[in-house]
Amino acid sequence: MLGISKKDMTILLVVIVLALCAPFILNPFPTGSAMAQFNAGYPDLMQRFVIFGIFAIGFNILFGLTGYLSFGHAAFLGVGSYSAVWMFKLLSMNVVPAILLSMIVAGLFSVLIGYVSLRRSGIYFSILTLAFAQMSFNLAYSVLTPITNGETGLQLTLSDKRYLGQSVTESGSIPVTNFFGLEMRSTYDLAVGGWNFQFNAGYYLCAIIMIVAFYVSMRIFRSPFGLMLRAVKSNQQRLNYTGINPKPYTLAAFVISGIYAGLAGGLMASMDPLAGAERMQWTASGEVVLMTILGGAGTLIGPVLGAGFIKYFENIFSKINDTVLHQWFAFMPDGLEDVVVFIVHPFVGKGWHLTLGILFMLVVTFLPGGLVEGGQRIAKLFKREKAPAVPPSDPEHHPKETPHVAE
Amino acid sequence: MSKFNVTRRGVLKTGAAAGAGLALPTIFTSSAYAVTNNPMGGTVTLGFNVPQTGAYADEGADELRAYELAVEHLNGGGDGGMLNTFSSKVLDGTGILGKKVEFVTGDTQTKSDAARASAKSMIEKDGAIMITGGSSSGVAIAVQGLCQEAGVIFMAGLTHSNDTTGKDKKANGFRHFFNAYMSGAALAPVLAKMYGADRKAYHLTADYTWGWTQEESIVAATEALGWETVNTVKTPLASTDFSSYIAPVLNSGADVLVLNHYGGNMVNSLTNAVQFGLREKQVNGKNFEIVVPLYSRLMAKGAGENVKGIFGSTNWHWSLTDEGSKAFVKSFGTKYGFPPSQAAHTCYVQTLLYADAVSRAGSFAPCDVAAALEGFEFDGMGNGKTLYRAEDHQCFKDVLVVRGKENPTSEFDLLEVVEVTPAAQVTYPIDHPMFAGGSLGQCNNGA
Repeated sequence: MLGISKKDMTILLVVIVLALCAPFILNPFPTGSAMAQFNAGYPDLMQRFVIFGIFAIGFNILFGLTGYLSFGHAAFLGVGSYSAVWMFKLLSMNVVPAILLSMIVAGLFSVLIGYVSLRRSGIYFSILTLAFAQMSFNLAYSVLTPITNGETGLQLTLSDKRYLGQSVTESGSIPVTNFFGLEMRSTYDLAVGGWNFQFNAGYYLCAIIMIVAFYVSMRIFRSPFGLMLRAVKSNQQRLNYTGINPKPYTLAAFVISGIYAGLAGGLMASMDPLAGAERMQWTASGEVVLMTILGGAGTLIGPVLGAGFIKYFENIFSKINDTVLHQWFAFMPDGLEDVVVFIVHPFVGKGWHLTLGILFMLVVTFLPGGLVEGGQRIAKLFKREKAPAVPPSDPEHHPKETPHVAE
Repeated sequence: MSKFNVTRRGVLKTGAAAGAGLALPTIFTSSAYAVTNNPMGGTVTLGFNVPQTGAYADEGADELRAYELAVEHLNGGGDGGMLNTFSSKVLDGTGILGKKVEFVTGDTQTKSDAARASAKSMIEKDGAIMITGGSSSGVAIAVQGLCQEAGVIFMAGLTHSNDTTGKDKKANGFRHFFNAYMSGAALAPVLAKMYGADRKAYHLTADYTWGWTQEESIVAATEALGWETVNTVKTPLASTDFSSYIAPVLNSGADVLVLNHYGGNMVNSLTNAVQFGLREKQVNGKNFEIVVPLYSRLMAKGAGENVKGIFGSTNWHWSLTDEGSKAFVKSFGTKYGFPPSQAAHTCYVQTLLYADAVSRAGSFAPCDVAAALEGFEFDGMGNGKTLYRAEDHQCFKDVLVVRGKENPTSEFDLLEVVEVTPAAQVTYPIDHPMFAGGSLGQCNNGA
């Protein structure tokens, strides 16, 4: 069905279930309990999970398939955000034209940057993309202030035109972003026992777009075009000698991943109508590289996992402060409590970067394939226990298992 | 809808004036409106959103200390600090409206995106009824816009740009800190008195919103007194070495250098300027002078010896001797062992002002709190008589002109107050061109 194999269908179904049931899955602890600190099931963070998931899926099409490591993908995200906000300022608060424009503008921008950067490969390509992204960041930060509103960031105001919509609502405030009337911020609260689940319209729009984006990337991975991109990764020289010009393929991959980044940027602006220059900064570009590697570069679901992992740390761990720690360890005797808090303190709150760094190091050292490899190892463990009795029919001539990049 | 709003506000005001108990308006709000995160149990949650990483982490850490102190005092702990000197006596150390004050903290990373994400999680996940903090104008403006949309009150922390209560002002946002215009208006007369009225100024300005509004303010204020502006040069925010910007100053014919820089930028540019020997130079027969319009103790500490004798302005300084400042410095010092910075002061005051406004309004609904803050006059918070202007939600109070101390007695005693500029001198009309272009809009109670 849908032109994909049964195995891929399973992966797709898993992604669909995870995305649609996220409000339940991410809220495992009752609201009043001490563990509620670790709940991530509130609209803003869930939106971030899927939006950065889209960003990382797109990045993975370039990095995972062709091996070209772009260090400037945040520029497309930023360009997408700016276009979307301008659409809200000028046209209407409907998110559809905003998202479309952000994809188009990011696509055009990536044609331009890709055409120049792809003349080189390897580290030179990375440096070129990094240079372009930093250039965009600096332009947005100061020179292009009339368009980008500089450091403050582009925001909606009461005096915006909005030719197809209203400038000011009847109650005198800025209208909110909507999908044909369905407000993006409208949230339905479901209270079950001690739990409080939040179903947010904006999240579900993002989730559905993410599922579509995931499906498209799956089709690209399995297509002849995807195979050609893998050929570029494994040996570009050989490809040249066989008389194939790899450049159109790499450029296409670059533009596709640029459009994905633009889509993510447009969605970000649709959920929260603001675009700031720091979205383009090199740290933002580095973040998507981390997400992809942490989750598993070249795998389908890895980037989504990596995005969730990093955003979770950024938003949940950074909010654990000393007061919270003291609450947790209140059961210990006074002296011991202080010691434990003192030890844990550097790893939470403002130290969340440290924890993330250590985990990243551990993952890269022990699981070079990222979180996906971790999952595979666990799965293998279970498989071996269940069916150890079936020996390979011909152990001598069993073909050596090759690590398949796309699983 | 809006008409009903006005009537309700009228009801509130009459109720307060008549001294009829506070229960009536509470019943009104809870039945007439849904309010985002209206506290139901025995506690109320405030969100403290400060930079804990990045360039302004020092300021952020000090702000957080002040917030914790404010919460302690509101809940009746410690020595009460400024609660004893505050002119409004509604707060009695039993929390806010009898609810115990709790707080959540977040890291803005001095980035608008991260700051908004953190504020959103406080509102959506932790149920914060008020957000406060910020150590950069860009972040403050971004979070203020978010709070307006979400329907909670934003009490701005350290933000000095004119835009926060100028073109980007919002009905749910309030600023206690002074702004760039006030710096110019307070500083220019002192500069003219000390250095003469026929000076030629050269500006180096951090290339972003805050830098521009400050440059504009200082240029306008000094030119009004007869100074001439030779040149204004924008420097990238990320610069760490300003030598290439300082060298042209030597040949420009200017005899005053104005550094519109903050934090680490200012420390570096001032150090470079001093290394170039600018302060020993004679130009046009006068001593060459350097001015840093926005000063803070943390910056003075970073620049060390170089700040001696250099003029600037500040919102508050711990060496002030009024009762409010003394009480605050005492309780802060007792708890942490060193005096508070101006960032800590403004954050502490903002928290008390919010708590006081809620208590006077008898409701947590942002519109009622805003009505209670608008036009509120108070005293005993370290800046003398202060007015929260209703039209733009900016506080008007005395501004301090300070100078780097020649003979500091301790590592904290780096600035001396040269003049306390009265509030009247720094007050501007609401339609002043530097603040034009925005509107407060309607206050928003949220869901």
